[in-house]
Amino acid sequence: MPFDWRQIWEVASAPDNVPIVALLFLAPFYMWYALRQGIANDKLIAILESDAQAAKTKYRKTQEWDPKWEREVHTWPYLMRMEFLVAILVTVLLMAWSLTLNAPLEEPANPNVTMNPAKAPWYFLGLQEMLVYFDPWIAGVVMPTLIIVGLMVIPYIDSNPLGNGYYTYKQRRFSIWTFLVGFIGLWVLMIVIGTFIRGPGWMWFWPGQTWDAERVDYAVNRNLDQIFGIDGSWLAPIFHTTKDQAAIWARAIFGIFPLVIFFIVAAILVHWVCTRTEFSKKIYKRMSLLQLVTMYTFLILMLSLPIKILLRLVFTIKYIWVTPWFSI
Amino acid sequence: MPEENGDGKSKTGILEKAKDSAAALRETLTEKAKQQATELKEPEKTQLYRSIFRVKHDEEPRNRALSVLSNVFFHLHPAKVNRDATKYNFTWGMGGITFYLFIVLTFTGVLLMFYYHPSKIQAFRDILYLENDVPFGKLLRNMHRWAAHLMIIAVWLHMFRVFMTGSYKRPREFNWCVGVLLMVLTMLLSFTGYLLPDDQLGFWAVTVGTNMARATPLLGNEGPGGPQMGMTPYNDVRFALLGGSIVDANALLRAYIWHCIAIPLIVAIFLGVHFWRVRKDGGISGPAPVMLESEIKEERSPRPVILRPSGMG
Repeated sequence: MPFDWRQIWEVASAPDNVPIVALLFLAPFYMWYALRQGIANDKLIAILESDAQAAKTKYRKTQEWDPKWEREVHTWPYLMRMEFLVAILVTVLLMAWSLTLNAPLEEPANPNVTMNPAKAPWYFLGLQEMLVYFDPWIAGVVMPTLIIVGLMVIPYIDSNPLGNGYYTYKQRRFSIWTFLVGFIGLWVLMIVIGTFIRGPGWMWFWPGQTWDAERVDYAVNRNLDQIFGIDGSWLAPIFHTTKDQAAIWARAIFGIFPLVIFFIVAAILVHWVCTRTEFSKKIYKRMSLLQLVTMYTFLILMLSLPIKILLRLVFTIKYIWVTPWFSI
Repeated sequence: MPEENGDGKSKTGILEKAKDSAAALRETLTEKAKQQATELKEPEKTQLYRSIFRVKHDEEPRNRALSVLSNVFFHLHPAKVNRDATKYNFTWGMGGITFYLFIVLTFTGVLLMFYYHPSKIQAFRDILYLENDVPFGKLLRNMHRWAAHLMIIAVWLHMFRVFMTGSYKRPREFNWCVGVLLMVLTMLLSFTGYLLPDDQLGFWAVTVGTNMARATPLLGNEGPGGPQMGMTPYNDVRFALLGGSIVDANALLRAYIWHCIAIPLIVAIFLGVHFWRVRKDGGISGPAPVMLESEIKEERSPRPVILRPSGMG
């Protein structure tokens, strides 16, 4: 099939998708902007660490400095003029945007005519994309709660006292990587997938593929127990139940093992990453037991998302653990 | 007419007097007018001006500080700030932009409220009316929409900046938490506004969004443990959000009230706390002088069993 530029343009130019297109540029730009300043500070830190004399005398910022200057300046006018300037620029940008692009308005709400694809607002598309990999109670309720709580515990589990109030990469490698993976990899990227890749029926369309509402994807996903051919019906006479009942129990018990294995392997992996360098060992020793348990729990749960995505998209596995009440 | 009593002398005397005083008045009036006109060239010396602004706006350090401290809006700021923090590269201005967009959204939102009825009969027509007949109505709606989207991006980038500068570290841990809640509230504000035009886009987005609430563990009729808790489509958490089992008139009214009254009020309270804590936690975090690994202080022992006390040293 020919490369469908028109389809790409249609998605990218939809007025409500403009913010995501903007984010495609803004997120990498500010990532670069932050890391550039971080690397500049890292160079300064390297100089200070190699030279004890410089550490005592040298000015410890990359910003310009003259001993005659005062460390603090008056808010008025030096800060507030910037604020007013930025406010004016934002207003101008908003005006220009509002004059050139109209807010979308579709047909009146009609419960009898389904939109295909029916998409949540763009900032929730990450959650909607998670619906592919998890049941709604996980993707829609548990995951958002974990994200919010996980963000709020960050200051209480990050025991690294370095890098407080300045950009740095070397002094905070682990936390920066974790945040970038979470924010860029699992949040922004999922939104981009939800916007540009997911077409009618929430099916996967590569960029350039036409969004064909008639396309049918055959269900090829299987549960892990099906792949392993778990059949517990032979247990029926032992437990005095029907064959179906025994099969359900066998599946439910089987599913616990891969989950336990995942938690153990993930915990070992997380522990290895957290104590890889001399410096991380030092930070590790500063942490209380509660801090460690909280951090490991959230990191393992965070890791479960890409693992589940991989299992679904590459190995077409639907559920790991099937029980009569819920499936994971 | 004054009565004549035959004494002509006194009459001329009065006339003379009147003439004299009129001439004197003319002279002093012009004098006074001239004097007051020159005074008006310096309006900052008038009583009116001084009653409003209290302090002189000149380049004296004292008055520069006072102009910030004695103004109810400006006194969110300290009188002086870190000289390097006034440049764009550290904060990216994202927190300020977010707050500014919140103000823009409140302003445009209040104007939109004048033209909008949160009812199934009128909501969609009101949008059409706004787009086609209200002067600048289309611009108003566009600005509200795009400012909302921009605010979400600004909030995310603000959080990203705060993370990358490690500004959530002691003593600012709690303010980071307040910020996370504000981010969630921002997204909820935007989401509740999505339904209000009552068009297909909003209807299906909110349908998709609230369908997830069906699956809430214990509280949703399709969630694990939900049926065991006695949850049905008519009493679960989704019902509470929508005011019904489908997205309809009650959902529209609820979205409207959450969007226009309840969430903005909550956001305003959290914003107050957020700004207050920025100041109380020692102002903006940097750009701070870099710290070296060799300078990490040993933990005080014995270490508390739970978390270490924060902000106390």
